[in-house]
Order: sequence, then C-alpha cells, then structure tokens
Amino acid sequence: MRRRITNWVMTGLCGLALLVALVPLGSLLWLVISHGLAGLSPDFFTALPAPVGETGGGVGNAIVGTLYIVGIACAVGVPLGVGAGVYLAERGDTRLGDAVRFTAEVLSGVPSIVVGIVAYGLVVLSMRRFSALAGGMALAVLMVPTLARSTEELVRLVPGTLREASLALGVSQWRTSLMVVLRTALGGIMTAILLAVARAAGETAPLLFTSLNNQYWNWRADQPTASLTVQIFNYAVAPYQDWHDKAWSAALVLLLLVGALSLAGRLASRSRLR
Amino acid sequence: MIADNKIEVRGLDAWFRGTHALRDVSLSVPRNTVLAIIGPSGCGKSTFVRCINRMHELVPGARQAGKVLVDGQDLHARRVDPVDLRRRVGMVFQRPNPFPTLSIQDNVVAGLKLNGIRGNSAELVEKSLRQAALWDEVKDRLQHSALSLSGGQQQRLCIARALAIGPEVLLMDEPASALDPIATAKIEELIHELRASLTIVIVTHNMQQAARVSDATAFFYLGELVEHGSTEQIFTNPKEPRTEDYVTGKFG
Repeated sequence: MRRRITNWVMTGLCGLALLVALVPLGSLLWLVISHGLAGLSPDFFTALPAPVGETGGGVGNAIVGTLYIVGIACAVGVPLGVGAGVYLAERGDTRLGDAVRFTAEVLSGVPSIVVGIVAYGLVVLSMRRFSALAGGMALAVLMVPTLARSTEELVRLVPGTLREASLALGVSQWRTSLMVVLRTALGGIMTAILLAVARAAGETAPLLFTSLNNQYWNWRADQPTASLTVQIFNYAVAPYQDWHDKAWSAALVLLLLVGALSLAGRLASRSRLR
Repeated sequence: MIADNKIEVRGLDAWFRGTHALRDVSLSVPRNTVLAIIGPSGCGKSTFVRCINRMHELVPGARQAGKVLVDGQDLHARRVDPVDLRRRVGMVFQRPNPFPTLSIQDNVVAGLKLNGIRGNSAELVEKSLRQAALWDEVKDRLQHSALSLSGGQQQRLCIARALAIGPEVLLMDEPASALDPIATAKIEELIHELRASLTIVIVTHNMQQAARVSDATAFFYLGELVEHGSTEQIFTNPKEPRTEDYVTGKFG
C-alpha cells in the first residue's frame, strides 16, 4: 500500500514538474503570438521598414539578412565544427585532442558579446566597415565549439562494429570515417546543427557591432546588413508604440523562421529507407 | 613451403596492451579447405583470425611478431597495403553488423561503393545474395533498410557483402553464435558451398559445428596452439590430453 502511494505521489510530482516547465514556454509563445499576430501581413514579410510615423512597412530585408548572416556562419562554422568533432572522436585520444577539447570548452563559455568584440576588432576594423561577413564570422565562432563537442559525442556513439565492418571490406580509414561513421551519426549531427543555427539566429549582441543594421536590401557580404534580432532590438528600445508592435511581430517572424529551418532540416535528414 | 597452402602462419605472437594473446603459433591452411578454430573464451582465437587480415593492428596498443603468409606473400612486407589485403581476405563478424543507413542492396555492394568503384551492381547484388542463400527472401525488397531483416538474414547479408568484393579467403569469427538453429544450418550449408571457391577459417564455440563444417581443426588454449590436425582426428583420436578434455566437454 505504502509503495503504491509513493509511486502515485512521485508520478504526480514529475507531472507537476513538467507542467511548471511548460509554463514559461507556453507563456512565451502566447505573449509573442498575441502581441505579434496583429502586425503580420504579406507586406510585413516582403517590404522594407517604414520610417517613423508612416504606417505599413516590414522586415523583409531583415529576414533575408538573418538568413544571409546565418548562412555565412554555417558555411564557415559547420564544416569546421563537424570536422573537428570527427577528428576528436576518431583521433582525439592524444595531447592535441585534449588541447582542442579544452579550448572548445573554454570557447563555448565565452559570452557572445565578447565574441562580437573580437569579430569587431579582427574583421570590422581591418575591413574598415561593418559587414554581413563580420556578423557571420562572429556567429560561426559561437557555433564551432558546441558543434565540435556534440559531433564528437555523436560519432563516439556509432558502434565500433560498423567501423570494423567497413575496414574489413577494404575501405580506407578516412573513407570509413566519412562515409560510414559520419553517415551513421548524421541524424544526430543534423539536430546539433539545427540547435546551433537556432541559437545563432537568435543572437543579437555579437551582431550589434559587426553586421550593424541596414534600412535597405543588401546582397553584398561586405556591407552592413539588417538582421531580425537587431531590428527587434531597435524597435523595442524606441519610444514609439508603433515600433513596439513591430518588435513583437518581428519576434514572431524570428520564431517562425527558426521553426521552419528546424522542420526543413529534419525532413531533409530523415531516412528514406523503410 | 608447399605451394598449395593458401595461408601459412609461422611463429606468430600477438600482444594487446599488457596481455600476450598468442604464443608462437604455426599452422597452415591448404587452398579450398575449411579450418575450424576451437577453444575456450579468451584463448586467442579471434586475435588469430584478425592477424590474417591485419585487423589486429587497428586495436590501440596491439603488437605482433612472426610471419603470416597468404599465397606465399608476407603480409607485413612493405609493399602490402592492408586496405588491399582486406579486399582479398574478407571477414564476417560474431554479431551481424550491416550498415544501418543503407538499403539491403547498397549493403551488398558497400565494399565497392564506399571505395568509389562503379560497376554493374544489379548483377553483382543478385550473384552475391544467391551465394549467401538470401536472394529468394529479399529479392522483392532490395530497397528496404538492412535493419528490417531478421538476425539470421542480417548475418547472411554480411556474408553476401563480404563475398561481393570477391575475396580469396573468408574469415568467420563465430558467425552463428547469435543465431537460431535454422539460420545456423543455413550458414553451415553455405560454408560447404563456398569451399569450392574460397579458403575459409571459422572460429566457433560449437564443437558440433566445427565437426560438421571443417576439414581441419585447431585447438587453442591460453594463446597457444595445442593441437592441429584433420577434424576427424581431433574429434575421434586427439593426441593431446587437453584437446581430449575440451572436445569431450570436461573443461572449457
């Protein structure tokens, strides 16, 4: 009897913990949707921002800019992070591996604004202008350490018997790493990449003084570029009610964007086999 | 050296980080015969077969001394590339290990595909699967995941995969230990058929299996080759008392 009561109470407590954990998430979604939904219109996705006092306008350039900057970050960060992770898992039991692992750990603890300052010093000052490239670099630096560590963990999870199977077929070490081990861990790595992308897309601090902002469309990597997060920041701190509403709508767009990216990534990496 | 020995092992010693796994083993395997290796767990059986395709050296801290020759060629001669060697000396493992991300068909030709070799794969897939006695069971679902097969089918898929690269020698490390009696019987039948074209070394814990499939049997104990002779002699008239105790089930 006592055992059953304990069981019942513990199950109840776990359920309660789940509910409590869901409250912030639910209220966040509710707040963003309830404030932001009213401002959404086709124009909001495609138009340039309107000057103060004018109605309408959108965040089209910021959506494109965020995708652009995150795209640059991925192009640089994903190969580096995943490659480093595979190296650590396959050959990392050396002093060099320990050093890389330690560096990645320290780097993943560095606040994003510090990474932004470094990107400012290295990229912005040497190019003498704010640019999408600088923003992408800052985000890439944020992505690499977490990607490397999670890739390492995922690759280590691949059973050694598969590696042996491949080597016993006369497949070379590097092809085995790339085409068997990495391929098998790909589903998990895709999730890690999506988490890193979502995190990067939501960063504001390192973009404030790297990619800055732009009122217009920009397709060039060496020009200041608008991003949703910086746009939200600018709208939110401005003293106009109209801009506050736009900040909410832009926040909703950012949520939708990250959600759409995750969905697309999951669909793309899903196994086609029955 | 007798020309018709496919595999020849001379004074082979092998070590893992601290342990001396094989001690001065010498034996030879004639072409197109089946050698069974028996002995209690940890006696060096697996290490022995893994020296024949140089998989042993992939274990961190592993070391070996002595000579292994395939077709009279020393495997540790400088011009022998272990990757090429493993295409001539195929291996089937204790647990079925098909590639989970590949279809049945792609598993069969994985040895070629992963090496970037193209060819008429449909023909090769059918031929290899027929050789492994799996074709009739999977011919209608070649595109399905390899994991949709049962354990016994997966093991025969792994055999087909090993055969597809056209090896001359097949090493089998307890290939039937995780399988039920029906699947085991199929694999034993398969060994009988493959003998026509291959030289086979099979490690087994199952004495009846060794007696059924092999021409010669080698008994290993604590890293030493205790006795090596024709299967009939080992099981009916062993010279060494330790062999007799083991094959009659008194220890091990």
